Order: sequence, then structure tokens, then C-alpha cells
Amino acid sequence: MRKLKNIFFVLIFSVIVLNSSNSAEKSPPFLETKWTFKGLFGKFDRASLQRGYQVYTEVCASCHSMKYLTYRNLAEKGGPEFSEAEAKAIAASFEVTDGPDSTGEMFVRTAKLSDKFVMPYANEQEAKAANGGAYPPDMSVLVKARKGGADYIYSLLLGYSEPPEGVELDDGVYYNKYMYGNKIKMPAPLSDDLIEYTDGTKATAEQMSKDVTNFLMWSAEPHLEQRHKTGFRVIAYLIILTVLVYFTMKKIWSRVEPKV
Amino acid sequence: MSDHEYTPSSKFGKWFNDRLPLLTLANHLTDYPTPKNLNYWWTFGGILTFCLITQIVTGLVLAMHYIAHADMAFSSVEHIMRDVNYGWLLRYVHANGASMFFLAVYIHIFRSLFYGSYKSPREIIWILGIIIYLLMMAAAFMGYVLPWGQMSFWGATVITNLFSAIPLVGESITTWLWGGYSVDNPTLTRFFTLHYLIPFLILGLVVLHIWALHVPGNNNPVGIDIKKPSKDTVPFHPYIVIKDAFALLMFCIVFALFVFYQPNILGHADNYIEADPLVTPAHIVPEWYLLPFYAILRSVPDKLMGVVAMLSAILILAALPWLDTSKVRSAVFRPLFRQFYWILVADVLILGYVGAMPAEGLYLLIARVATAYYFAHFLIILPVLGWKEKTTPLPLSITEPVLGGSPNLAAARSDEKIEKTIK
Repeated sequence: MRKLKNIFFVLIFSVIVLNSSNSAEKSPPFLETKWTFKGLFGKFDRASLQRGYQVYTEVCASCHSMKYLTYRNLAEKGGPEFSEAEAKAIAASFEVTDGPDSTGEMFVRTAKLSDKFVMPYANEQEAKAANGGAYPPDMSVLVKARKGGADYIYSLLLGYSEPPEGVELDDGVYYNKYMYGNKIKMPAPLSDDLIEYTDGTKATAEQMSKDVTNFLMWSAEPHLEQRHKTGFRVIAYLIILTVLVYFTMKKIWSRVEPKV
Repeated sequence: MSDHEYTPSSKFGKWFNDRLPLLTLANHLTDYPTPKNLNYWWTFGGILTFCLITQIVTGLVLAMHYIAHADMAFSSVEHIMRDVNYGWLLRYVHANGASMFFLAVYIHIFRSLFYGSYKSPREIIWILGIIIYLLMMAAAFMGYVLPWGQMSFWGATVITNLFSAIPLVGESITTWLWGGYSVDNPTLTRFFTLHYLIPFLILGLVVLHIWALHVPGNNNPVGIDIKKPSKDTVPFHPYIVIKDAFALLMFCIVFALFVFYQPNILGHADNYIEADPLVTPAHIVPEWYLLPFYAILRSVPDKLMGVVAMLSAILILAALPWLDTSKVRSAVFRPLFRQFYWILVADVLILGYVGAMPAEGLYLLIARVATAYYFAHFLIILPVLGWKEKTTPLPLSITEPVLGGSPNLAAARSDEKIEKTIK
């Protein structure tokens, strides 16, 4: 019996080891960085989210849409928390087509807080045509749509290098050691001092990658902070209740032999 | 049903009860004599009822905000996650609730396998359970299609394509299921309708499942028939109610950890990419709880035979009460069966693991061996064991010891071991 159980354990253990070594072979381990949103009380770094928005809008947004976000989200609690005036100003810097008006004509107006993020291309076909046939994915939930999540996105942004010997790349294809198959059609998007942060932070490639990944994590999980906060309360409540119920159970079952 | 007649104390109660005996039912449920040696593996029935209710309640609210249309399903889910009050909570509870439901049902099924709860006189309870399990799989599969992500779409394509393996009428059936020539909007709308319907069918079957249980009463870790009510039983309320409540709370803590801290770990990242009929994902895998059957399906080279094997793997369970020829119920008194039981547990876990891996090379070989063993367990090992195995002596009752040592001690000890092994 004991022998059998040992075999059972060894089997399970080997399966786990096999699994982890297997996935390790496919891509190198992700670059390590500290995320403030992880853990029991994880919260977003507000300043980093605001910088991340700047990276998105000045760099990524020229190709990548974020169609599920609304300008009002930028001022909402748990996000970058721009002031309402700032968010309004951001929205006002974009133009959207609205209508039809009372004469049946479509018209262009400045965007309001209630508008969705303006998309760089009118449709998927236009996006593909402008990007050598590759569709720049919508970034609203990108972090959740990739195995490895934030770590993967962060590593990918910094994972560009010259291809190793023997790897041939077509025109418009780049080498990235974290990309599935190592070939990516997006050229390295970030380089040191590509943008100038409004808050004076030095815009290194690492800094921008981290900020924009933070921003993307928030855009994918806008209620993450509330989720963590509620989760802690729920679990604390459940634990207290469980302890109380446990002692109640002991008391009730003390009338019966054998006890639970 | 308990033998004594119940009379409500109030006049109105009596008047009402004579016309609709709801109070008699309530009295039966509270007084229901339950074996007092039930361990925590028996608390999963209550936990499963909780899971079903949770799914129905959260699903109901989600359905108020969800749009079953190929062009809008994905964005309506994002709308729920972003703009609906506590929409993120509802959706994460519902999505993780499905996994927790299956976790609980697997424990419930394997508890039944260990203690021989499927044996006479409980065959109908067991078969009702298998039907519930089948419906659960159908509901879960269709629910996974609704967010209209890449895995939704391609999972639906793979599974519905299985029907095309049926000779002669397969293609027509598949077209009929799809409502077109591929998985598309008509498929989504009918899946949504059925996904809404099935939980209520399950609810009805659960009532029958419990009704059928209340006829012979619970099996117990010792697996012997007991007199009811007697020194061996306790009334359901408060003894079992409080114990079930304690176990349910423990379960809820695990549930909450998933919902609040790892809500997406049991899902697949590809399902956050909107369905695209032109792009096939690198690996199409079902949710974790269907993986063992997926492994069985792929381990057979022929498509039709693969489907037959997969279905047989589930349906064979319905024949279990007659395949297991042993008169002794509980594995506690069946030393050989106990070993084969754990091998079966390992076998199913291995099948689940290879089901998540690409079907090639060593994985395929392991899947084939494990599939063969799975069927051998039910078709060869169990019938033969019933005749060959020398079982240890059964106690006369739960409270009375038997010649050659205390059975309670033996039962308790083996329970401890199970807990350790599971951990």
C-alpha cells in the first residue's frame, strides 16, 4: 500500500517537473521586474499608469487600437486617475465622427469623456494594409490574451536583438526572443529617450516598457484594485465565520460519539 | 421517508399540511436519519447544490447584460467586465464557479467509487448522477463558447465536428447543429439558449437524485446497511447541516482565492482574443475538467472510434453497479480494490495531463496506455476482483466493534491516508 502511494507521488511529481521543464524549453524565462499590482493588496502605481498612457498615446496608438476603453476611464478610480479636467483635455485632443445631424449629415467634433478611444485605422483591412499584412492587435485586453501576461509583454518590448546565426529574416520581420516562433512584424517600438515624460522621469526603454505594461494591465483589468480590496474582506470574513462555525460544530457534535 | 406521521402543531399548519404536505417534507428533511460516521468526503453533495445555485444566480444576472450575437458577444462580455456594476465579480464567479463545480463533482464521484456508493440499492441515484454529470459537461462546454473568444470558437468547431464522424448522417447532423455550414451566429444563439436551459434540467435531476437518496438513506464509510433511526444515525439537522456548512465555508475560501486573486488562471489566454474563423490557435484545448476525455478521444486513430471511446468512457460508469461484482461496498474492507482504486485515480490524472499536451510522440503513447487501462479497470479488473478478492471482516454496525479489531479505527485511519494522498 505504502509502496503504491509512493509510486503515485513520484508519478505526480514527475508530471509536474516534466511540465515545467517543457514550458521552459519553448521560450527563455521572462525578464524580472517588480509589479505593484501583484499580491494580496496589489495596487497600481498611479504615476506609472499616467506615464504609461503617455507612452501608449504617443507611441503604440499610431498602430494599436484600444476599442473597449473610454476617455472617462482615465479619470476613474483605480486607474491612472487623471483629474476630470485633464481627462477632458485628453479627449478634446481627438476628433470623432458623429451624426447624422438633423439634416442627415455626418459631422466631425472633438471627443468627449463618453467617447471610446479613437482608433488609428478605420477597420482591420486598413490596419493590415498599413502594416505589411500583420494586424496590430487591439490592446484593451492584450495582457490577459497572452500567456505570461504582464511579464510577457514587458519582456517582449525589451526582447529585440539581432537574429542568431542561421536565422534568416524576411523584410519587415524582426527577431524577438520572447515572441512565439521568435519572428515579429512589429519593429522594436521603444528606445531610450523616444518620448519626453511630462513628469520629468527619464524615459529609458526599461522605464517606458514598464510604464506601458502597467497601463495595459490596468486597461485589461480596470477593477483590479477593487477586486483585491473586496477579495481581502471577503476572505477575512469567510475565515472568521469558518472558525465560528467550526466551534459551533464541535459543540453540537460533542453530544455524539464518535466525535467529528 | 421516516415512518412516524408528522402533525403540525398549529391549526393553520395542520390545515395547510393536509392540502399540501410541505411541512411534512420539511420535517422529513430535518429529521432525516444520517449515518453519524460520514466523513468530509460526504460534504460535497451540499457543496454541489451550492455550486449549482451560484451558477444559476450569477448566470441569470449575466444573461441580462450579455448579447448572444457573433458581432457583439465579445464586446458585451467586456461591457460586463468594465461598466456593469460588479460585473467583473459576477463573471469571475460564474467562470471560476464552473471549475469549482467540476472540482466538487469529481471529488463527489471518486468518493462514491471509493466507498461503493453506486452499489445496490443505490443504482438509480448513481445513474441519475451520471446524467447530471453529462448535462454539466454540455452546459459547461456551451457556456465556454458564449464569450466568443478564440478558444470558444475553435473549441466549438472541434467538438461539433465530432458529430460528423457518425456514418451516413454525420455531415447533416453537424450542419443541423451549426444552423449553417460552419460555427457562426446561429450556433452561438442556440448554444446560449441551451446553456440557459440545461441548468434547470440539472436542478430537476438533482431533486430526483436527492429523492432517490432519501429512500435507502446515505451510504457511509463502513459501507454496511444500518438501522434507521438507531444509535448509528443522527438527525440531518443540526448535525449534518453544521458539518456541511463548515465544509462549504472552507470550499468558499478556496473559491474566493480563485475569484479575487487568480481569476484567469484556469482559463486559456486565447479566449481574450475575439473569435476569428480565419486564424486557428496553435493548440486547441478544452477546459481542464474535460481533458481526460479529450485525451481518450485523441488516443484512438480513427475519428469515429475515438468518439465512441470517449462516450463509452462516460457511459461505462452507468454500468458500474453491475460491473463491480463485489458484495462489499467500502474500499476500507477491500485491500486489493483499494490499490486499484488509487491506480485509477492516477490514471485519470495522467489522462488529464496528456490531454493538455500535443497528441504526438511519447504523449500519445502514454494516452493510449492510460486509455486502455481506464477501460480495463472497469471491464476486467472490477468484475474479476469481485470473485477473487478476499475482503476483511465487516463490522455489525457503525458503533459495535467486530472480531479482530475496531473497524472504526480502521476506517478512520484509512480516511487520514486519503486526505494525505490528495494533498
